[in-house]
Amino acid sequence: MKLTVRVWRQRDAEAPGAMAAYQIDGISEDMSFLEMLDTLNEHLILSGEDPVAFDHDCREGICGACSLVINGDAHGPERTTACQLHMRSFADGDTVDVEPWRAAAFPVVKDLVVDRSAFDRIIQAGGYVTAPTGSAPEAHAAAVPKEAADHAFEHAECIGCGACVAACPNGSAMLFTSAKVNHLAALPQGAPERERRVLDMVATMDAEGFGGCTLTGECATACPKGIPLPSITAMNREWLRALRGPRR
Amino acid sequence: MVLATRTRTGRTARTHGRPQARPPSVARLFWRSTLGKKTVMAASGLIMLAYLTAHVMGNLKVFFGPEEFNAYGHWLREMGAPVLHREWGLWLVRILLLAAVAAHAVSACQLSRRDIRARPTAYAHKRPRASYATRTMRWGGFILGLFIVWHLLDLTTLTVNENAQPGRPYENVVATFSTWYGNVIYITAMLALGLHIRHGFHSAAQTLGVGGAARDRALRAAADLLALALTAGFIAVPVAVLTGVVS
Ligand code: HEM
Ligand code: SF4
Ligand code: FES
Repeated sequence: MKLTVRVWRQRDAEAPGAMAAYQIDGISEDMSFLEMLDTLNEHLILSGEDPVAFDHDCREGICGACSLVINGDAHGPERTTACQLHMRSFADGDTVDVEPWRAAAFPVVKDLVVDRSAFDRIIQAGGYVTAPTGSAPEAHAAAVPKEAADHAFEHAECIGCGACVAACPNGSAMLFTSAKVNHLAALPQGAPERERRVLDMVATMDAEGFGGCTLTGECATACPKGIPLPSITAMNREWLRALRGPRR
Repeated sequence: MVLATRTRTGRTARTHGRPQARPPSVARLFWRSTLGKKTVMAASGLIMLAYLTAHVMGNLKVFFGPEEFNAYGHWLREMGAPVLHREWGLWLVRILLLAAVAAHAVSACQLSRRDIRARPTAYAHKRPRASYATRTMRWGGFILGLFIVWHLLDLTTLTVNENAQPGRPYENVVATFSTWYGNVIYITAMLALGLHIRHGFHSAAQTLGVGGAARDRALRAAADLLALALTAGFIAVPVAVLTGVVS
């Protein structure tokens, strides 16, 4: 396959940045999108140019590091991560636009790499349980109903990639935050800090400069893990409940 | 062997942001939070929606002639009697509505500015579809805000209604819809209202946490029905005057 790849190039956080077009040949449709970028970078290095910086780690759709907006869609045209997207989703001769996540809370570090530490701070505000668990407990010590376990697991699937923020026209982190809030609210281990958790996580989300939800649904469409839109409704319910309930 | 994990209290995690001597009051927490402001928007929106439901039914009385419609206009002033003095009930409703409009508009402006600031850079590869609903809400809300002012000047204070007579609401309504601009303004505003309610009612359910996967379809259907009924009900009056059914 032969492609024109237009990539956002930005030397560092302060530099202005612009889209740059590259012609690239010899792309196989079995390559992943990141392998296509690797191929591009080989050419760039060989011709003495600065390679395109992009985040990646596991390359198997579980770490959440890869973060590319491809032709305007976070993670590209398929419901998966950019590392699990294959070049067969594109046609020979296509022009492909690759941009970084865009949100005030995710400043660009270089090229396609953004700083997502705002997500870490939301998690630090309450996305954990404080019980000292030691080694893995005996599996039957705390009984969890099947529905609750399934519900928790559905939300625990969030890999913190930030595609929801990138896709949202308001740069809102509601889907990400709701995933953790719903995950822990469904489990007995999460119960002691249930109210404090949602209040602190939402306050941190606001303080980090993410926007609000206007129910466009773009986040849930972009999410590679299928965190559903009603999870945001459930978080709103948790938040209102926490305001009324005991505040520890 | 059991590895002890150090227990951290919620307090260490909470030091993000300004350290606070006293936890903020619930009201402050509420107004400062995006979720709280959305709740204010939803509640004020639902208050206005309840009012509009009563308002449209009142308006439809024009189809039963001037006596019935004008009697209804007079009753509005007697509302709450004999407990309330003449016009007190009306003023209570007006104050509640004014508060709702103000709270709604202030929250909308603050939230919208925040949302725009949260996404300062647009993507080079455009996808206009993404913000359709949000943009419709913002423009629709703005149009409705202007309309509310015009509507009060037209049929409440009669300032801009050339042929109006105080105490003759039926004749004043006919006068309004006997001008081309009266029809254009009202019909445009009511179409904006329909779109605003369609997305707004569904949003409000989500904001208040009453929606959910199972109820989503029912809520959407309710939003469509409400939007359609109110828009059709309000537009029926100018259409009736235009076609001579009401004169
Ligand atoms: C002063 C005129 C108005 C303005 C400026 C306005 C503006 C807005 C805006 C911008 C939103 C979206 C808020 C966001 O960004 O999250 C909204 C939502 C809403 N509006 Fe209005 N609007 C107005 C009048 C009305 C009226 C007359 C109604 C009555 C039916 C109404 C009902 C609603 C509802 C129910 C919502 C959803 C609240 C939520 O998201 O939870 N609005 N309005
Ligand atoms: S909710 Fe989905 S899109 Fe958002 S961070 Fe989690 S996995 Fe990524
Ligand atoms: S590189 Fe780990 S999810 Fe894509």
